[in-house]
Amino acid sequence: MSSDWRYGLHEHKGTLLAFAAFVLMFTIYATNHPAGLNANVATTAANKGTLLAIVAIAQTMVVLTAGIDLSVGMVMVLANCLASTVVNGSPLMTALGVLSVLFVGGLCGAINGLIVIYGRLQPIVTTIATGAVYYGAALALRRVPGGDVNSSLADALTGQLPGGIPASLALLLGLVLVVWLPFRRSAVGRAAYAVGSSEIAAYMSGVPVRRAKFVAYTLSGILASAAGLFLTLITYSGEASAANGSTYTLYSIAAVVLGGVSLFGGSGSAVGAIFGALMFRTIGDLLFVFNVEPLWQPLFQGLVLFAAVCLGTARLLRIRNRLDLYG
Amino acid sequence: MPLFSMSGVTKRYGGVRALEDANLAIEGGRIHAVLGENGAGKSTLIKIMAGVVMPDEGRMVLDGAPVAFASPAAANDAGIACIFQELSLIPDLSVADNIAISNPPRRFGLIDRRAQRRIAEQALSRAGGENIHPLALIKDLSLSRRQIVEIAKALARRPRILILDEATSALTAADVTKIYGVLRRLRADGLALVYISHRMHEIVELADECTVFCNGRSVATFAAGTKTDNEIVEMMIGREYSAVFPARVPRAASAASPLLEVRHLSWTERLSDVSLKLKAGEIIGLGGLDGQGQRELLLALFGVLRGTTGEVLIDGRPVDITGPDVAKRSTIGMALIPEDRKTEGLMLPMSVRDNLSFAALDTLSHWGVVDRAAEEDAVDRIVRRLAVRTDGTSQPAGSLSGGNQQKLVIGKWLMTRPRILLLNDPTRGIDVGTKQEIYGLLQELAGAGAAVLFYSTDYDELVGCCDRVLVMYDGAIRRELSGDEITEHALVSSALNVGSEPRSEGAPHSV
Repeated sequence: MSSDWRYGLHEHKGTLLAFAAFVLMFTIYATNHPAGLNANVATTAANKGTLLAIVAIAQTMVVLTAGIDLSVGMVMVLANCLASTVVNGSPLMTALGVLSVLFVGGLCGAINGLIVIYGRLQPIVTTIATGAVYYGAALALRRVPGGDVNSSLADALTGQLPGGIPASLALLLGLVLVVWLPFRRSAVGRAAYAVGSSEIAAYMSGVPVRRAKFVAYTLSGILASAAGLFLTLITYSGEASAANGSTYTLYSIAAVVLGGVSLFGGSGSAVGAIFGALMFRTIGDLLFVFNVEPLWQPLFQGLVLFAAVCLGTARLLRIRNRLDLYG
Repeated sequence: MPLFSMSGVTKRYGGVRALEDANLAIEGGRIHAVLGENGAGKSTLIKIMAGVVMPDEGRMVLDGAPVAFASPAAANDAGIACIFQELSLIPDLSVADNIAISNPPRRFGLIDRRAQRRIAEQALSRAGGENIHPLALIKDLSLSRRQIVEIAKALARRPRILILDEATSALTAADVTKIYGVLRRLRADGLALVYISHRMHEIVELADECTVFCNGRSVATFAAGTKTDNEIVEMMIGREYSAVFPARVPRAASAASPLLEVRHLSWTERLSDVSLKLKAGEIIGLGGLDGQGQRELLLALFGVLRGTTGEVLIDGRPVDITGPDVAKRSTIGMALIPEDRKTEGLMLPMSVRDNLSFAALDTLSHWGVVDRAAEEDAVDRIVRRLAVRTDGTSQPAGSLSGGNQQKLVIGKWLMTRPRILLLNDPTRGIDVGTKQEIYGLLQELAGAGAAVLFYSTDYDELVGCCDRVLVMYDGAIRRELSGDEITEHALVSSALNVGSEPRSEGAPHSV
């Protein structure tokens, strides 16, 4: 039918807006950069952006089910500490190390999921508590910053591909293709959206509500640990930093909002969240380019986030039936 | 041997018996109507059949083998699909996503969108919804369209038994006719249909067999057409059935100026140039097909809509009502009984007392502090006056039956002593007994000098209750009927906006 594209546009509005906003910001950044946009500048920017983007995908998984995961940052820190210990040695050892980091991340997410599903606790409280526990585990693992990581793996994933393309962007694309799109198109992914949109209707329709939540939380944990792994590859070390954990948790929520994912659940896409994360990073870099003191960065980021939220609620001004305000 | 039967099924919630020794046998290729007041056990019966709740006792037999359903999914797998009164659609997903939600078609483990689209289009056309776009989001569709999608969704599971719980209550008249055709075709295909409705004429038109429930028990099963309406209603309510509509309380013909006057009210494309006059002691009905602007008119009067044009006068003075808080002030004295008691009318988890006193809190408090004794007193009076069946005023509103919940919504506004009462389809989905009580209450209020504006999707109600009926079509009042002109025939023909002349003489025709 000819009107198909209109419905498609309507559905992906949030993602497209986030993409457009990011492209705009990045263009301003690139054209004003003192050194121009060379491969090294792009790679550094891409690595920072990718790190937050992976955490944002993790957050998206849970937010889609109308939950929130305040432990993503702590899982990332735990994975960082673990990776700085086990992702070392021969290629086989390194591979096993990577798998064990992802496994621990999945375990953290699964625990969150099981508590939310069977303990019937609110996600926000559950993940604050488990987040603290995960951070405790990270501290136990690494009281002082240190450790090491397989440097050839680090160089491969944080460096450049032939042609100067940042390898981290390829990694991000890989995650979208291998994790997000299959999830989006799978029955369990559909179920996660359904649960977020209306849990009762989903249950009444015979949707596997528990399985959907479990998969969403577990995937969130795995992705958060992937971010921790990537952090290790960037820094070549592990650090049980509470500040890092909290910051990334909050930034991931900001990225999700900027990316057009509804905090009420049921709508949005991880692709939008990725652009939200890249946008949020670019804001910080923009200030650097324009020689603004770093002191102003939080204030400016806050203003942009606020503007994004306002944009999201602009539709309220057009509402002619006040009942819709409270829907 | 019946396709599906249940015998001796019992279900208790706490100490309350919802179903007691219930029996039901249904066969393929038949439409089996289940009748009963709200609270008679119909909902529990369906929930058990659909796997939503487990029975305490009794057995169910499908195809000669005993069955038990632990979840809705298990019932689905056994070939039982249910269309619930509360819609089960997911607002943020598309029509096609919703239709295929229980078991989406997969290819290589991923959802095959093209196959899903095909399934959705087939199901939509089977359910009479060919003109609904499969990619539209549910939240952008009207209630009537959603109901069609709901039916399509049930059909997409290829059920052998289809349960419809008040499936037509949200439908426009045009869609109802379509659905009748759909149901007859499904019966011809050999499906067993279980049909629950409060509308007697639907039962007469569709059912092959009927089972009547009363107080949790199945009291009688008989072939459709072997009992009169009157006999059926008597079985349902277990009491003498005299006249559905109470006699009109004689009111002094007031030549006074109107209490409420509306001049040229318009709002977006939904309301156009509506004018009306409502006098004290008058009951005016709003008729027409569902969704012709009746709801919007009531909301506009209550100050809920933004950007209306035209004039509203109370006692002959123009007023600017900017919201329910303004509308309920004693100088205006307006109350609106909303359409959906569960979301717009009540705070379900809160107590009966809190729910009843919300709208009148300002009159029950001094310096911002609620006078508990006065509140208790006023609440008790309303509970007695409306005969609300509760275990005390501390009971959560959500635990009452539908009819009693509706009484709470009405009671809440009676506490503000309104002069102008707006009602938005107040009897939808509630039992016959409560309906009668509401009709009686309307007459009583009008007799005491209140002005009532009453929207109903049930034409019988308009005929039985109203002094005048304004029939709306496409956002405008197309026809005004008064006194003997108010017949079902006149209401239907003007609702469809077909050019029939007013018929003020002759017997009412049934349509």
